Amino acid sequence: MATQQEILSGLADIVNEVAGVPVADVQLDKSFVDDLDIDSLSMVEVVVAAEEKFDVKIPDDDVKGLKTVGDAVSYIAAAGA
Amino acid sequence: MTGAPTFKTAQGAPYARMLGVGGYRPARVIPNSEIVDRIDSSDEWIRERSGIQTRHAAAADESVIDMALVASEKALANAGVTADQLGCVIVATVTHLMQTPSAAAVLGHRLGTTKAAAFDISAACAGFCHALALANDMIRGGSAEYVLIVGVEKLSDMVDPYDRGSAFIFGDGAGAAVVGPSDVPGIGPVVWGADGGQANAITQDVPWHTLRDDPTHKFPTLSMNGQQVFRWAVFQMAPVCQEALDRAGVRADQLDAFIPHQANLRIVEAMVKKIGLPDNVAVARDIVDTGNTSAASVPLAMERLLDNGEAPHGGTALLIGFGAGLSFAAQVVTLP
Repeated sequence: MATQQEILSGLADIVNEVAGVPVADVQLDKSFVDDLDIDSLSMVEVVVAAEEKFDVKIPDDDVKGLKTVGDAVSYIAAAGA
Repeated sequence: MTGAPTFKTAQGAPYARMLGVGGYRPARVIPNSEIVDRIDSSDEWIRERSGIQTRHAAAADESVIDMALVASEKALANAGVTADQLGCVIVATVTHLMQTPSAAAVLGHRLGTTKAAAFDISAACAGFCHALALANDMIRGGSAEYVLIVGVEKLSDMVDPYDRGSAFIFGDGAGAAVVGPSDVPGIGPVVWGADGGQANAITQDVPWHTLRDDPTHKFPTLSMNGQQVFRWAVFQMAPVCQEALDRAGVRADQLDAFIPHQANLRIVEAMVKKIGLPDNVAVARDIVDTGNTSAASVPLAMERLLDNGEAPHGGTALLIGFGAGLSFAAQVVTLP
């Protein structure tokens, strides 16, 4: 079971890889769209990479609810990562 | 009493290849600025989400058969093949709004075919690569010596100009190729399939008979779930590309060109990254000023790479078409 910090760190690496956002900028309170400039298509790339990394499923319908990095970290933790 | 007769079967050529390609882009060019007001968007937003700057639109009285005719005549001339040599005409389209007869039968007649079978196929954006697979098998199976394959769409007839998810994506156009016999391999094994479980991802919103039952209903249009398609295209199609390479026994670094369906520049770039294509492989980015022309996109992009000298005649290319169905087809080919 990954800790919240481990999930955040892994997610930051993914966001950096997909969108070139500096790892340090990926914080729990940051909005994907407004703060990190991740659009809907980049978000799909982030989500699929996260699915592979944390071995969880994040259906398209649930992606819309992931507004902040914290939302994603909580979702991944609850999904069993 | 005699037994069942032993009958003859057809004998085809050892291999097949594309001999010539031709494209047609309608005269009218539609910049993003003509679209943005209707969908409350901006040129910047469209470019960022799709890479598209302009697309072509057919004239109101210009049919898919008219467009296919121009592309086909170019392909025949480039191949050095005449219409009366054709054994089959296959048209891939989802926007021939005449249910019957087929666009291919009328196209063949207008081209002057004398002995060609003709039929349409419905595999949406994967249509051209499906037609190429069929042509390859026909020629090797002895059902035809030369086959004309056409991808053509008049998507402006089927797109809702007010739909934010699709109005900026699609364009009109036609692309054709002549496929004929070859002594050496020119078309690799096709890797293809369909997932009707995702039929809703890209679909005509209501069937034609809705208009019969309710004449006040709006004309049917296409609808698309962009994120669902993006996920499928990038993450499911990259392995299909790799399988097409593996089955042909070709490595990515041996390719001269990668010509994927021009769905969205973001999908093209993500696929290139996923497959791990080396920088020296020319990548088709025809979508920038052609838009997504569905079945026509692969041959249009192929013609442009060849005309611009970005890929060599006789070079090796990986093609993949993918779209509504969901359906897909990929193969390694020798460029005409």
